[in-house]
Amino acid sequence: MKRPMLEIAGLFKAFGENAILNGINLKVPTGELVFVIGPSGSGKSTMLRCCNRLEEPTSGAILIEGTDICGLGVDINAMRRKVGMVFQSFNLYPHLNVRSNVSLALRKVLKLPRAEADERSMAALDLVGLAQRADFFPSQISGGQQQRVAIARALALEPKVMLFDEPTSALDPELVGSVLAVMRDLKASGMTMLVVSHEMGFAREAADRVIFMDGGVIVEEGAPEAVFGAPKHERTQAFLSRVRG
Amino acid sequence: MCGAKRMSPLERFLDTFLNPRVIGKYWPDILDGLIVTLELAIAVVVTGILVGLALACLRAVGIRAANIAIVCFADILRSLPPLVLILLIYFGFPNIGIVLSGPMVVYVVLSLVLAAFAEEIFWAGITSVDKGQWEAARSTGLGFAQTLGYVVLPQAVRLTLPPLANRAIAITKMTALGTVIGVPEILYQATTAQSFSGNASPLTLGALAYLALFLPFVVLARWLETRFAWRKA
Repeated sequence: MKRPMLEIAGLFKAFGENAILNGINLKVPTGELVFVIGPSGSGKSTMLRCCNRLEEPTSGAILIEGTDICGLGVDINAMRRKVGMVFQSFNLYPHLNVRSNVSLALRKVLKLPRAEADERSMAALDLVGLAQRADFFPSQISGGQQQRVAIARALALEPKVMLFDEPTSALDPELVGSVLAVMRDLKASGMTMLVVSHEMGFAREAADRVIFMDGGVIVEEGAPEAVFGAPKHERTQAFLSRVRG
Repeated sequence: MCGAKRMSPLERFLDTFLNPRVIGKYWPDILDGLIVTLELAIAVVVTGILVGLALACLRAVGIRAANIAIVCFADILRSLPPLVLILLIYFGFPNIGIVLSGPMVVYVVLSLVLAAFAEEIFWAGITSVDKGQWEAARSTGLGFAQTLGYVVLPQAVRLTLPPLANRAIAITKMTALGTVIGVPEILYQATTAQSFSGNASPLTLGALAYLALFLPFVVLARWLETRFAWRKA
């Protein structure tokens, strides 16, 4: 196996007395899409948020291209540029138009001149099919379009890894497809992706590996057809039967 | 006093409040007062709002000791009547070797009081911005100060403008308190002229001067309230 792009090693996270993650070990090789499922409260979002230190791990290491982002003396803002994050609730900046939503970090973090930042923003918006919405404000476009802009905002920084935290959970069903299509393109372009989601159909078709989490540990992992088709673990079976109703 | 002219009630009213002779004599004094009030008002609004904004930003950093100090400052300054502080500083501080002029005392006290209210208003605005905005900005590599400055404050300030404008007007009007320590602002000039002339017309002039000064701001505040009825994403 190639050196993993993203490696989670011995990750523990507790909020006070409340242990959320109890020793996660996970390697995501370059270009792989790892799909994370699990019941509410299983720690999947917390694991994802530890990967760019929106949550500080209690102990353990998060390595991006071999560098521990939790290490002493690490420039966290520089590391975060390598890790794009897409949120359930989009979190676009409501006071900025679509173009500025994408270009803000290019101008203020990468210090690009406005013209260059705008050009790169338009290229990123083009990737998600929304270049023609550049002058709109977030409140003027649909939820699905907002989420695609959020993806473009992360992509514009040319990250090494993309984290998706339930990217379609807040969307009306008819808008989910467009977001998944963008994610599919992204996977095809070779992006390394860690996706927390309930879109099992998407997982079957696009994921290299599926991980089932419960109680802050990885209970089962394997190829999508193995985990969905013949889950070995009892808890995985119970979860999948509940999800499928 | 059979020579005394009997005035009708209307004549008496006009003679008391709008006496042309008194107005003609004292309007330059009121104008002087208007300029002093205007200068104080601008200084107080600029200082108070900037200090309040700085304190709210400092509070957002989340240093425990600093936050306790800021909250204490804001609560004490919002509780004390400004007149008490003005008298305390103007008459008390010279005894510990700090002598401030009347206008300086009014400026310092009202600026601090406005800063206390402004800090609370800005803080409320900052905390009303969704946590996801912070997370999204930080996840793109923006630092704390950049996130505050480019993402959070622009949203927070929109929410805070109407209450801030109202509070700034309320506190700036208190420059009239300077009259008790001899600051030559509008009310001081008006009451002085009223004593000399034995006529209330200078007070009418003073009231008109306050209207000329503050009515535009009140209208502006009203406009801000409608202008920034912010549509949420």
